[in-house]
Amino acid sequence: MLLLTCPNCGAECAETELAAGGEAHLKRFGPGSEDGDFTSYLFQRKNPKGVHFERWRHAFGCGKWFHAARCTVTLEVFGTYSAQTTEPPKEIVDKVKAKRPEWEGW
Amino acid sequence: MKRYSAFAVAKEAFSYHQGWERAWRSPEPKGRYDVVIIGAGGHGLATAYYLAKNHGLTNVAVLEKGWLGGGNTGRNTTIIRSNYLQPPSAAIYDLAHTLYENLSQKLNFNIMFSPRGVLMLAQTEHELRAWKRTAHANRLAGIKSELVDAERVKSLCPIINIDGPRYPVLGGLWQPRGGTARHDAVAWGYARAASDLGVDVIQQCEVTGIDVEGGKVTGAQTSRGAIGCDKLAIVVAGHSGELARMAGFRLPVESVPLQALVSEPIKPCMDIVVMANTVHGYMSQSDKGEMVIGGGSDGYNAFTQRGSFQHVEETVRALCETFPILSRLKMLRQWGGIVDMTGDRSPIIGKTPVEGIFINCGWGTGGFKSIPGSGWAMAATVARGAPDEIAGPFSLDRFAEGRMIDESVAAAVAH
Repeated sequence: MLLLTCPNCGAECAETELAAGGEAHLKRFGPGSEDGDFTSYLFQRKNPKGVHFERWRHAFGCGKWFHAARCTVTLEVFGTYSAQTTEPPKEIVDKVKAKRPEWEGW
Repeated sequence: MKRYSAFAVAKEAFSYHQGWERAWRSPEPKGRYDVVIIGAGGHGLATAYYLAKNHGLTNVAVLEKGWLGGGNTGRNTTIIRSNYLQPPSAAIYDLAHTLYENLSQKLNFNIMFSPRGVLMLAQTEHELRAWKRTAHANRLAGIKSELVDAERVKSLCPIINIDGPRYPVLGGLWQPRGGTARHDAVAWGYARAASDLGVDVIQQCEVTGIDVEGGKVTGAQTSRGAIGCDKLAIVVAGHSGELARMAGFRLPVESVPLQALVSEPIKPCMDIVVMANTVHGYMSQSDKGEMVIGGGSDGYNAFTQRGSFQHVEETVRALCETFPILSRLKMLRQWGGIVDMTGDRSPIIGKTPVEGIFINCGWGTGGFKSIPGSGWAMAATVARGAPDEIAGPFSLDRFAEGRMIDESVAAAVAH
């Protein structure tokens, strides 16, 4: 069972309490942007075998969105952090680097 | 290749069955091939077989990281049906279904195709209307499937509880031609037939890099040395994103575990395949008597070939409601496969941004049933260098162009 700590309310939640929201930190492209950028934003995903930054919603709790850094191979959770950011905070990146020295960066 | 037959079995009996030859060759990789196919699952091996059989291309290698059919080909619930809603899907799945029907004879390998019928339950008014629409679409596409009422459901499968507490059975979509096949045998049969036609099937050979020069593929780096090629086909299901990254492009695909489980063997109690999409569970009984059970896929990306516990619980809870006789049954094994999901739940077959690289992925939860059709269309695409009329609608650029083939609404989860 995957356990994540909601950074908004502090509760440790099992995955049944959460809703997965897919890849985090997508750069959004709107009307007037290049077709390639728009397609990429809408459809293309990194889908890494390894460190993945993703969105979650504490659906059956405080109801708020947050982000998590997780390994898709071992399901190890490196940390969770506020959704009010456009890139992973330094302490999360450092935690990932400490545990995955070969990681190429997000 | 020695042909398998009743006569051959009798003949070999006189020599203590020591005269059987290996089913396929196990060659060392050559330095160069016309076509290199990455992934020796059902789809990769079928592609190799039809390249050799239909297009005369035999200087072909199939590279496999593990062993034949060790990925999703050996991890699915073996269901075969073709009653899809959208015309392009109906075309490719029905081609696959039709090829399955005499594949044992064509490959001279018993794939144990059993057209026992597939019943998809309607347990909400919405689902009943959706199946009605699918039944009409199937009739227009020339695929035999029919909408049946609850009484007919009960007579087709007496162990179903049609007055379920949450979701009573209102009817179902019944495809009598649907059924199951032995999944390993499909990989083995294609490998044996392809090997006999001259294709090199190379196991324990992991691709570690893809060589691209000036936007064109020149070969692949593998754990057994560099292999040059003119054309490269990526047919690796859940790991498609990893291979695409090696070649320098991205895909509209995300990998999630889909799991299945089997029970202890019991006496024959159901002779059809039943899919209950509203409650996320589908089941058939194997020849050994085990109940083969599939459920929903996980909601988040992962490469763990086991899946999450909550889905086991959801699946068995759903099935205990629909089939109350299962409530005391013990489960023997549970496993997961990594499926590659696209946004519209339809596959991707065709060219990629790199010249010479072709991709066949995105089958999501519906890969097994499509193996022969997928291999057929992929082989034509690779041989011609451009998609044929079956593969055409499934091209990678359909996302940019907005030509979705939406089966996600039509197929719900059990796809």
